[in-house]
Amino acid sequence: MLESLKREGVDLIFGLPGGAVLPIYDALYDFEGIRHVLVRQEAAAGHAAEGYSRTTGRVGVCLVTSGPAATNLVTALQDALMDSIPLVAFTGQVPTHLIGNDAFQEADNVGITRSATKHNFLVKDGDDLAGTIKEAFFLAKSGRPGPVHVDLPKDILVKEWDFDYPSTVHLRSYNPTYEGHPGQIKKAARALVRAKRPVLYVGGGAISADAAPELRELAELTEIPVTQTLMGLGAFPMAHPLSLDMLGMHGTYYANMAVHHSDVLMAVGARFDDRVTGRVDAFSPNAQIIHVDIDPSSISKNIPVAIPIVGDCKRVLVKLLEAVREELKSYPAGAIREARRQWTEQIAEWRRDQPLRYEWSEDVIKPQYVMEELSTLTNGEAFMVTGVGQHQMWAAQYYRFKHPRMWCTSGGLGTMGYGLPTAMGVQAGNPGRLVVNVDGDGSFQMNSQELATCHEERLPVKTVIINNGGHGMVRQWQKIIYKERFCAIDLGPSPDFVKLAEAYGCTGIRATKPSDVVPALEKMISTPGPVVVDVWVDKHECVFPMVPAGGANTDMIVAPPSREVRDRAAKSQTGF
Amino acid sequence: MSGDDPRKHTIAVLVENKFGVLSRVAGLFSARGYNIESLSVGETLDPTVSRMTLVVRGDDFVIEQVIKQLHKLIDVIKVTDLSEEDHVEREMLLLKVNAEPAARAEILRIGDIFRAKVVDVTPTSYTLEATGEEGKIEAIIELLRPFGIQEVVRTGKVAIARSPKNRVRKVEETLGKRPGPPRPQSQDPKVVGFAD
Repeated sequence: MLESLKREGVDLIFGLPGGAVLPIYDALYDFEGIRHVLVRQEAAAGHAAEGYSRTTGRVGVCLVTSGPAATNLVTALQDALMDSIPLVAFTGQVPTHLIGNDAFQEADNVGITRSATKHNFLVKDGDDLAGTIKEAFFLAKSGRPGPVHVDLPKDILVKEWDFDYPSTVHLRSYNPTYEGHPGQIKKAARALVRAKRPVLYVGGGAISADAAPELRELAELTEIPVTQTLMGLGAFPMAHPLSLDMLGMHGTYYANMAVHHSDVLMAVGARFDDRVTGRVDAFSPNAQIIHVDIDPSSISKNIPVAIPIVGDCKRVLVKLLEAVREELKSYPAGAIREARRQWTEQIAEWRRDQPLRYEWSEDVIKPQYVMEELSTLTNGEAFMVTGVGQHQMWAAQYYRFKHPRMWCTSGGLGTMGYGLPTAMGVQAGNPGRLVVNVDGDGSFQMNSQELATCHEERLPVKTVIINNGGHGMVRQWQKIIYKERFCAIDLGPSPDFVKLAEAYGCTGIRATKPSDVVPALEKMISTPGPVVVDVWVDKHECVFPMVPAGGANTDMIVAPPSREVRDRAAKSQTGF
Repeated sequence: MSGDDPRKHTIAVLVENKFGVLSRVAGLFSARGYNIESLSVGETLDPTVSRMTLVVRGDDFVIEQVIKQLHKLIDVIKVTDLSEEDHVEREMLLLKVNAEPAARAEILRIGDIFRAKVVDVTPTSYTLEATGEEGKIEAIIELLRPFGIQEVVRTGKVAIARSPKNRVRKVEETLGKRPGPPRPQSQDPKVVGFAD
């Protein structure tokens, strides 16, 4: 089995041993060429593999034992499924003759992971093992990428079998479409060139397909502004004049306004998630929508699409660029820029009226300020990972992303505790690089045990805890929508994160006032080994802009709402 | 989302004949909240391929998603919405009904009208077998209800496209299987006789 992994180019496994996978660990003892990173909880192995995969573009691999280990892993699998991260996850299983007997540490692993994976396998015969591993890797990385789970009963691991690793895979039932339909591409090119108010809306699929260079070329060629989803951040440099930054629930005002008023909206590797669209019937009502996606089921799922193009984002964009150049031949040079001028001015006005902003305070640290300083100090060149919650949104809003595959966040599933283990995987896959995990005090505590892994495995992850003493995003919703009836959100002053870090052998730093922030971050960056910076921020700070759930993107609240608005919100079921 | 009114669609799905495929399909429907009205599975000419016939209710928008999501399953080879083409649908019914002496002749007469067959008989009951479209199956159940139905078993719908040029047939051919020798016609004239 390890030989099969090596043939797939695997050099790193995140795992945790147990009874059913002991034969593999026994083989690992003197097997050369594969590093094993021992995590402290199985979900962390899955998240670490996600981080490794997202930042290196390779398939992430994790290995855990049967029963509770497999069920712990499920969260990471579902997370990878929703964010289309290619993983191959191995779990142990009781010997085949005991399956179904309620044996010790038995669970119906494939039954449980069926809906949390792209596909899964139970290997019942040692002879099938190599072929199954080949198929698993093929499925994970081809088409719309995703997690594949392979369940390995103990007896097939100890049986001797002839090793014959297949060189190719053919599945008659699985033929993803990579090349976009030429007719559709031509139609799309025409629509883009003729559009008066076009917008490109780019998601994580553009990153999976490594389509960032083509995307930039297209945007510049056609002078089309680009907005990115949470998963797509980094696909287009934020410093670029055409960048509208993030859209959606906590996206920028100008991005949401531009999308709303667009006449042609082209989605690239994005899936019209409810956090992007807001109320679907009010989303981009006058736009002709072009949708490029490798997954046909993403097209017209939430929003009807006028020009669907099923295919790999990179290959489609290459063809689309050709088609656009062809189309542009009939226009005089500079005509495009001229035609877009009114639109560009309108967007500039929105940007001027409602930029991302927060109120500065001399006494208490504003979380947005921490992100700005972090972005400046790292020059946008750090690998960024987040947990889930307010800090995640502030990181997405205020970090100035430059490159693709340098941002890992749990977009679809919103898994709290994702930050630290994922950052560990990123660090393992990118030795010597700066990896920053921006976490919340709630989110961090869901996987803080992995500080031990960081220390033991020499993974110098830098964690910045945006510590507001509670579940900030829940507090925000209770404040704005539930009449300030705060319930079950306070996490109190414990633990002392500096002492916690030190207990694990890491370095702890605390920042309690605005003037502490820069020195603390500088020290964090210059200190070798894993570091935790505990930043005490204003606990009342909310993430704005905000589109309330069930609202249209034009219902965006750009600043703390007045009492009248809140009263009105309280009267409706969905708020606002 | 706009779309036509919900209606029933009969969908033929060719799948790998592997363990767990049925639960993948059934799981898809429960996970995505689609309503499945009936499902039947059987082997095709190629023993590595099974054919499922699903009856799903939904508007065009839902049905499009159902088909795309089915396609997304790795073990699904081909999905055809038979409702989009001319096709024949059948369902089989086994029905056990009280048959007191006074009612026996009437029950048999009703059975005859529907070309049903008696497959088991006791002094107090008949078990009938009937095949046909959904409407016919429902009609026979309604007519026998007053006699006291003890038990009803329905297979769920199976369906096949009419035209020899239909797409499903083509797929079976591309799977490397020629259509086998013609199957012997059923010896039961009551079943065969119901061709319409």
